[in-house]
Amino acid sequence: MLSLLLRKLKMGRLTEKDGNLLSSQKSSKLPSSFTKSLQIRHLDCGSCNGCDWELTAIGNSLYDHQHFGIDFVASPRHADLLMCTGPGSTQLLYAAHETYEAMPKPKWVVAVGDCAINGGVFKGAYASAEGIGNVLPVDIKIPGCPPSPDNIMKALLEVMGKS
Amino acid sequence: MLGLRESLQNYNPDIEIVEWEKHEGMIDVPSRDLPDLLTFCLSMSPRPIWLTHVVNDERQLGNGFCLYLVLHFPGNDFSVTLVAKDIKEDFPSLTLIYPALNWSEREAQDLFGLNAVGHPDPRSLVLHPGWSKEFYPLRKDHKVGKEAKAFKVAPLEFPQAHGEGIFEVPVGPIHAGIIEPGHFRFYTIGEAVLHLEAQLFFTHKGIEKLLEGKSIEEGLRIIERVCGVCTVSHALAYSEAVEKLAAIEVPRQVLLWRTILAELERAYNHVGDIGNMCAGVGFALGNANGSQCKEKLQRLNSDFFGHRFLRGIVVPGGLRSIPSQKDSQAILDRLHELAYDFEEWIPLLLNHDGFRQRAVNTGVLNPVSAIDLGVTGPAARASGIANDWRELHAHLLYPELKVNSMIEHGGDAWSRLVVRVKEARESFRFLKNLLQEGTKGPVYEYENSKLFLEQKLRPWQPAWGCVESPRGTDVIWLMMDDENKIYRCRIRSASYANWPAVPLTVPGNIVPDFPLINKSFELCYSCCDR
Ligand code: SF4
Repeated sequence: MLSLLLRKLKMGRLTEKDGNLLSSQKSSKLPSSFTKSLQIRHLDCGSCNGCDWELTAIGNSLYDHQHFGIDFVASPRHADLLMCTGPGSTQLLYAAHETYEAMPKPKWVVAVGDCAINGGVFKGAYASAEGIGNVLPVDIKIPGCPPSPDNIMKALLEVMGKS
Repeated sequence: MLGLRESLQNYNPDIEIVEWEKHEGMIDVPSRDLPDLLTFCLSMSPRPIWLTHVVNDERQLGNGFCLYLVLHFPGNDFSVTLVAKDIKEDFPSLTLIYPALNWSEREAQDLFGLNAVGHPDPRSLVLHPGWSKEFYPLRKDHKVGKEAKAFKVAPLEFPQAHGEGIFEVPVGPIHAGIIEPGHFRFYTIGEAVLHLEAQLFFTHKGIEKLLEGKSIEEGLRIIERVCGVCTVSHALAYSEAVEKLAAIEVPRQVLLWRTILAELERAYNHVGDIGNMCAGVGFALGNANGSQCKEKLQRLNSDFFGHRFLRGIVVPGGLRSIPSQKDSQAILDRLHELAYDFEEWIPLLLNHDGFRQRAVNTGVLNPVSAIDLGVTGPAARASGIANDWRELHAHLLYPELKVNSMIEHGGDAWSRLVVRVKEARESFRFLKNLLQEGTKGPVYEYENSKLFLEQKLRPWQPAWGCVESPRGTDVIWLMMDDENKIYRCRIRSASYANWPAVPLTVPGNIVPDFPLINKSFELCYSCCDR
């Protein structure tokens, strides 16, 4: 217990301030009711899992998405945003539709990473779509292979009107 | 004692030795003789392990369908490829002799339309129900077209369990959390799991077909993205295969930095996986420390190598760039701090009673199953099997580092954690030694490796590369055509080898233990499904 306490004192607060600068308030893409909190459902549509790991990374103590009111939820029924990674593998498309259908309105789809945007390096593979836009209506795109946690945070804060 | 070559030849005089070099040999055998010969090989001591099993459509070369089985004999550090040519439609199944080949043979049925005669479980594996009939994408005469559009979702098939009080709990393919998709069906009685069926391949994209006809460089871009987190390992295995086909050896400096990259990949994955296992039981302290350490390591990757997952650095023939001497010193300093930090937070986990109680005796993989299924990586070592490829095979700079397989004997989630802790520690130590050499090395010219990418490779000859990734051995098997384009590339990742073992470890545990068990194996879906 003591070692834990000492460690905590030594480390101090880890979360970085970058994302915290709420000075230049831009207008949000979402209605005002979503600018305080955002519930996200992640959907892997055949990604290489690089993008998934970067989404996981924004939860670590250095980015800590939770203190911006952003959270990943377990059920699409609680979600405002569907964040899709991967080009859209054929054998998952049915489940992807079902997930989208299960979300309450209003809802938005974010394509995370080059694969989700246009198929990335998997363009032309027989069991993959060329981007999730061919399957679900995409509202927001976050490019990169994979996009860095910084970029993901920035994009999210921007849609919330917090960047 | 007879050498390997003589014993094989004595056993079956019909075999034809095509090649026999320093570390590798190739033998032609009629496919009907395969079961016998494999039984004989497996009876040797130390027992060989499978590296990969490849089916190739060589009808246009006049060879029919061919089957390549690469076995590694650890005692001699020698690998033998058994080749069976002229397969028409049927080949004898080897699964009952060596269960590790179960999935591979089912895959041959799915993707090539060949028959593994005598296979105990010939259900389709990779392709879910709903594809058009006679859809065998890896046959050469199959041109990729509109199949994806023709795919109609059809219900998946599962065995039925009968009896009073038995429940089926279907989970997935979409899970609660940021995880890859797969479907799990638990058959439970009371709280305990009686049986688990895992249906994977939801992220199957058809990468092996996509690779056909690509140049060395295009292939590399795709191979690096087969799996998000084992980028270096896959790229290295691919490069090894390409370099074998070009018959070149890369300079020591390249080997040095490749070893450093492989160890950096191991370190960030291992600490992340340790944290993730804590997440599997809701142990926030462990998770926070693991993910924080992983983040710092990934930032180091990005600062000095330009990519958080170390992509785009390894190229066949060399490396894209090498950090300067000053940077090497900076990496060394940062790693020193992180290693120190690691030793501080790891005891918080290892001494935590609550966590221990959840992990000890949970998800036990017994050594016999691990050997039968050809399980690799920390999963096997936690069951007492010393099979670290870095120790078994002389490549990169590993012989100088004197790697020891870190083994534990519990076979449970806890042992898998402890193996990772020990290996992460080793990685920090190796990195320290390697980087000290890096701070002295000469300046590196990328130009040579760039030229290499245009080099003509030997066509129609198989070559493979194998690298110990954080999850176990990743094997890439490659054959080029006469236009220097990829003819066939088989990707056998560690996850592919290990997935069949996961469902075996679940019965007897309760459903809420599954996330922990699953995370203790920490397998990717993407490089398994391809
Ligand atoms: S965009 Fe890149 S990192 Fe993301 S899933 Fe595709 S290949 Fe992987």
